[in-house]
Amino acid sequence: MTDFGAAISTAFALVVYLDRDLSEVVLLSLKVSISAVIIASIIGLPIGAALALYRFPGRTIFIVIVNAFMGLPPVVIGLVVYLLLSRAGPFGVFGLLFTPTAMIIAQVLLITPLIAALARQVMETLWLEYEEQLRSLGTTPLRALGALLWDGRYSLMTAVLAGFGRAIAEVGAVMIVGGNIDHVTRVMTTSIALEVSKGNLALALGLGIILVVLSVLVNGLVFFLRGNNRQGVTP
Amino acid sequence: MILADAASILPLELKNVSLHTGQKRLIKDISCTLEAEDITVVIGPNGAGKSLLLRLCHGLLTPTSGSIVWHGAAGRNPSLFQAMVFQRPVMLRRSVRANIDFALSLRKVPRHLRHDLIEEALHRAGLNRFAQTPALVLSFGEQQRLALARSWALRPQVLFLDEPTASIDPAATHVIEEVILAMRKEGTKIVMCTHDLGQARRLADEVMFIHRGRILEKSDASTFFDGPKNDLAEAFLRGELLWWHRRELTPP
Repeated sequence: MTDFGAAISTAFALVVYLDRDLSEVVLLSLKVSISAVIIASIIGLPIGAALALYRFPGRTIFIVIVNAFMGLPPVVIGLVVYLLLSRAGPFGVFGLLFTPTAMIIAQVLLITPLIAALARQVMETLWLEYEEQLRSLGTTPLRALGALLWDGRYSLMTAVLAGFGRAIAEVGAVMIVGGNIDHVTRVMTTSIALEVSKGNLALALGLGIILVVLSVLVNGLVFFLRGNNRQGVTP
Repeated sequence: MILADAASILPLELKNVSLHTGQKRLIKDISCTLEAEDITVVIGPNGAGKSLLLRLCHGLLTPTSGSIVWHGAAGRNPSLFQAMVFQRPVMLRRSVRANIDFALSLRKVPRHLRHDLIEEALHRAGLNRFAQTPALVLSFGEQQRLALARSWALRPQVLFLDEPTASIDPAATHVIEEVILAMRKEGTKIVMCTHDLGQARRLADEVMFIHRGRILEKSDASTFFDGPKNDLAEAFLRGELLWWHRRELTPP
């Protein structure tokens, strides 16, 4: 128990004094996961909206696959990306393995299905309400897609946020494709795993605290944005 | 630019139009022509097929058999000259102004013309002070006025109204009826269905009485309200509940 207490106080000290190693790790984590979320949103949100909007052969199978991929194990994604990017793999020539780019690629693959599946659910509800009116106004399918994405933006933020949460918290994929190389590909989750195995609980806990605070902050920010919009502009 | 002064897409002719879903025959062999630029009110009990008939005419539904022809369309896309207001107003999650602006942009109205059209439509519906308000925070009556204003801004040649004043209070109903009459005055053909016989009397130039998927009577409003020829229509006007009379009264 005293170990735990000491760990916590050391952790707070690290956080408060902004330890250099610590901040480097935190910044890389944010850089990788935010890049992954942006790319995954650009791919996943239109896919989700399109699945809600358009009827095409194989649509049901596609939806089942996307939903199933929501819960894909990160280590498996990591392994697949590892095989693709390794020197012998099809994309080996780019030399991306054990770089932050490889980690971003793995996280994009991990969270795109999640964002697409959640977006589809949001969009389907909205389309049910909009369909007749938009068809009556003479919409093109593309304009309808744009309107759904724009009008559903606050609900879609929840989907994006879920993607961010999954990306920043996952350890399996980034460990395999990043390699947890100090000052290069070491992120918060891989550090925690490493420090715990080394018995360095203080740093691990410090990172853990930052991880939790970050997710609370991000959630709070989105909640704040949504709340402001709900109130609307008074006439 | 879609304005009412282009050549009219009317008359609208329905030839033996039927609509089936599965085993149910919802619209049964309807043939009629809508010609004059006035107000046609479709009345009839719940489930008679009023809303379906409007959606068929507007092109939101495709008939199972029969055809719907806009004789004046002359190669143009008739749906660009129509608009529809639904029983439950569909509000985009945007400001009141942006709701109208979006509709105009879908109809490819150039940006510099939109401002005046929006202002006028808002003014007509008495919604000026709500221009920047998110449409979803408006009351139900205000939302329906916005839906009507949005249609007004499009300057449709034909406007379909699906019970626009159901569950709306008398004051808001009055505003909506004023807008409808103003649109007719500017040459828009109005086709509306309603439950409200008082409203039908106030607005109708022509009445179509529908019962169980068939048109039982179509005549001038005055002729219809003075003495409908059809016995079911007469019973409906007396306020009788038609579904009690299915066995006693058989359609001709």
